[in-house]
Parts: sequence; structure tokens; C-alpha cells
Amino acid sequence: MSDAQSLIELIPRLRRYARALVGDRATADDLVQDTLERAWSKLHLYRQGTDLRAWLFTVMHNVHVNRMRASRPSDPLDDEMPELAQRATQGDSLLVRDLERGIAALPLAQREVLLLVALEDLSYDETARALGIPIGTVMSRLARAREKLRLLLHGKGGTKLQVVK
Amino acid sequence: MSDKPAISEAELQAWADGRLDEGRRAELEAWYAAHPEEAERAAAYRSFNELLRASYDPVLEEPVPPRLERAAQRGSRLRSIALVAGWVALGIAVGTIAGWQLHALQTPPQATRAEAPVIARRAALAHATYSPEVRHPVEVGADQEEHLVAWLSKRLGGEVRAPKLDAEGMALVGGRLLPRDPGPVAQFMYQNVQGRRVTLYVRTEGLDQRETAFRFAREGNVRVFYWIDRKFGYALSSADLERDELLKIANVVYRQLNP
Repeated sequence: MSDAQSLIELIPRLRRYARALVGDRATADDLVQDTLERAWSKLHLYRQGTDLRAWLFTVMHNVHVNRMRASRPSDPLDDEMPELAQRATQGDSLLVRDLERGIAALPLAQREVLLLVALEDLSYDETARALGIPIGTVMSRLARAREKLRLLLHGKGGTKLQVVK
Repeated sequence: MSDKPAISEAELQAWADGRLDEGRRAELEAWYAAHPEEAERAAAYRSFNELLRASYDPVLEEPVPPRLERAAQRGSRLRSIALVAGWVALGIAVGTIAGWQLHALQTPPQATRAEAPVIARRAALAHATYSPEVRHPVEVGADQEEHLVAWLSKRLGGEVRAPKLDAEGMALVGGRLLPRDPGPVAQFMYQNVQGRRVTLYVRTEGLDQRETAFRFAREGNVRVFYWIDRKFGYALSSADLERDELLKIANVVYRQLNP
């Protein structure tokens, strides 16, 4: 009972992360659905007492990487491969739109780290475990993602980020 | 910069995330005060976090699509999962013997996995054989549903039910008995107004088969979702419906057969 209940409760957060990761709603929800299905078939691998949400991010990462491999077998999934996502942007503020475009322009590996840390508030350690990478790699990807984002957003004239606090 | 204090890039990131301890944070901020350019960069990093939240937090408030809720509930085989998880914990605590038992416990799903494609293949074959039939798609028609269900239950040696799929636009056409070694198999056929057909293949499973999650297979142009639930193995096949439509119906079937 509690497992299905926990999964249901985590759906909104999985959707938030997936939306930021892939951009458009339908693709993001497909990713969440595949993740949930895979989670059920792999639940015997989940260690109770550990953070279910972090484990689901691991599952989602694997599902997403597999999907991308399947759709573009020749592309290496390395740090430098950007994957552009598009979505309807009407009504958003310029700043939010720029941010989303910037996120989409990041290589997947950097985007995942940035989103898990900054959006999902996973600790650096949890992020490392969720993605199966060393913590040093988390930190360097995070630094590169933020710097790239800064150049993208501030580099071109026009919108300047308002610095909060 | 040469006058940069011993601040690592990692600390700078941690500052942006608000994860530095108080003392270190004060040191960093004192240094930023003297280095406006660095300060601006760090502030920009921090602002991304807030922008990200502002941008994506609204997703949390969106109504959850039913298909995702279904996917989350799918394996309400919680008991067996809790059992396995319990064994994992025990296995770690107790050591090799418990570990060995854990291994034994995890073997059945493997066995059913190896077994499962057979059911998918046979179900797809039966679907391909009978669903194109115009005059004799079934042995016993839906007009004699009660008789059909009683007959199939008797032959399969357990209570078989024909799920109601009217809400999915699928009406029962009828059913038939199929030969299989060692036991017989039931097939129910459904059809919607466009004449698209779905068949549910039901067979008895060996002793105490474990439940499995939905699995998907494709045989030729027939798509199959199959699963095992206690005494029966089920396979829902269609050559006319897309995977998603078929999955939706499989969910309904599963729920009806597990009230």
C-alpha cells in the first residue's frame, strides 16, 4: 500500500523534473510514465529505507538515456551534446523563456546535475548517487552548467538577469 | 585572480545553493564585497535557482494525468514487494544464509520472465488466427455470456471472468476454448464500433506463480500486454490498437480482475 501511495505522491515532483529536463509536456509525461512502469518492474532493486525519490531519479535517468540512445543511436551521450527541447512559450516572462531556452541548450549531463541540485534540491552526494557519477563530477558539471547558462543569458544584449539578493 | 582566497569552485557552487556553513559563508561574502565581478557571477548563479523554481514549480500544481496515476498504482503487488524489500534488509543484516534465501526468493520472477514470452507468443498467434474471422470469431457468443463463462471456468478449473470493457468502447463478442499443453486456455474477444478487436487470453499458471508487472511484447503486427496474477496468466492482444490504447484497456482488465 505504501509503495503505490508514495509513488503517486511523488508524481508531481517527477513531472516537474521531467518537464525541465525535456521541455515539452507530452514528452515529459511519457518519460514519467515509462519511469513509473520501469520502477515497478525494478522495485526489487530498490532498497527500502533509502530515498525513494532519489532512486526514481536514477530510474528516470536510465530510461531517458535509453530513449535517447534508441532515437539517435549514432550520437554519443557525452558532455557536449546539447539536446534542444521546445515548448509553447506564450505568456511566459522574457526571463523565464530565456532560462528555459538556456536549460534546453545545455548538454544533457550538465542539465541533469543542475536540475537535480537547483530544482529538486538533492544534496551533491544524492545527485552523485542518483546519476552514478563521482561527486567531483557533480561539482564540475554544476559549475560548467551555470557558467554556460550565465553566458547564454547575459551574453546577448537585451535581457539582463535581475540579481536577486 | 591572484588575490583569490582559498575558495574552491565547489564552494562557490555551494554558496549559490545556500549550502555553506555560516562561517565559511561570511568569509566568502567578505571576499565578494571586494570583488564585484565575482560577486555578480555568484549572484547570477544563485538567481538561476530561484528562476528555475519560478519556472517549473507551477508543474506541481497541475492535475496529474490519469495515465500516470495508473502507472504509479500498477503493481499493487505491494505485499510481495514489501516482502522482497524485507528480505533485502534481512539478507544484509544476517549475512550469507539470508542472502541465499533472498536469492531464492528472487528467482521466481526470473523464471516467469523466461516463461512469459511463450504466453505472449501464443496469445498473439491466437489473436491473429481468430480476430480476422468474420463469421466464426468465437465459439460461444456474448448473448450466452453466462454459459460461456461457466463453461470456460469449468474447463480451466478456476473462476474465469470476462471483464466489462463497455466504458472503453469495447463490447464482448464472445469466447472460445483453445488447446494448450497441459491445460486449456480461454480466449475472450471484444470489438468496438469501428470493428477493432482485442482478445484476452487466459490460462492457468503452475503452482503458486508469482505476480508480475505488465510486460509488453510485439509479435508481427500484434501488440500484447501480458502479466501473471496468482493462478492465471493473462495476455491482452490487438493488431488494431496502438500500444497506449491497449495499455489503457489492460489496466481496466487488471483492475476488474483484482477487485
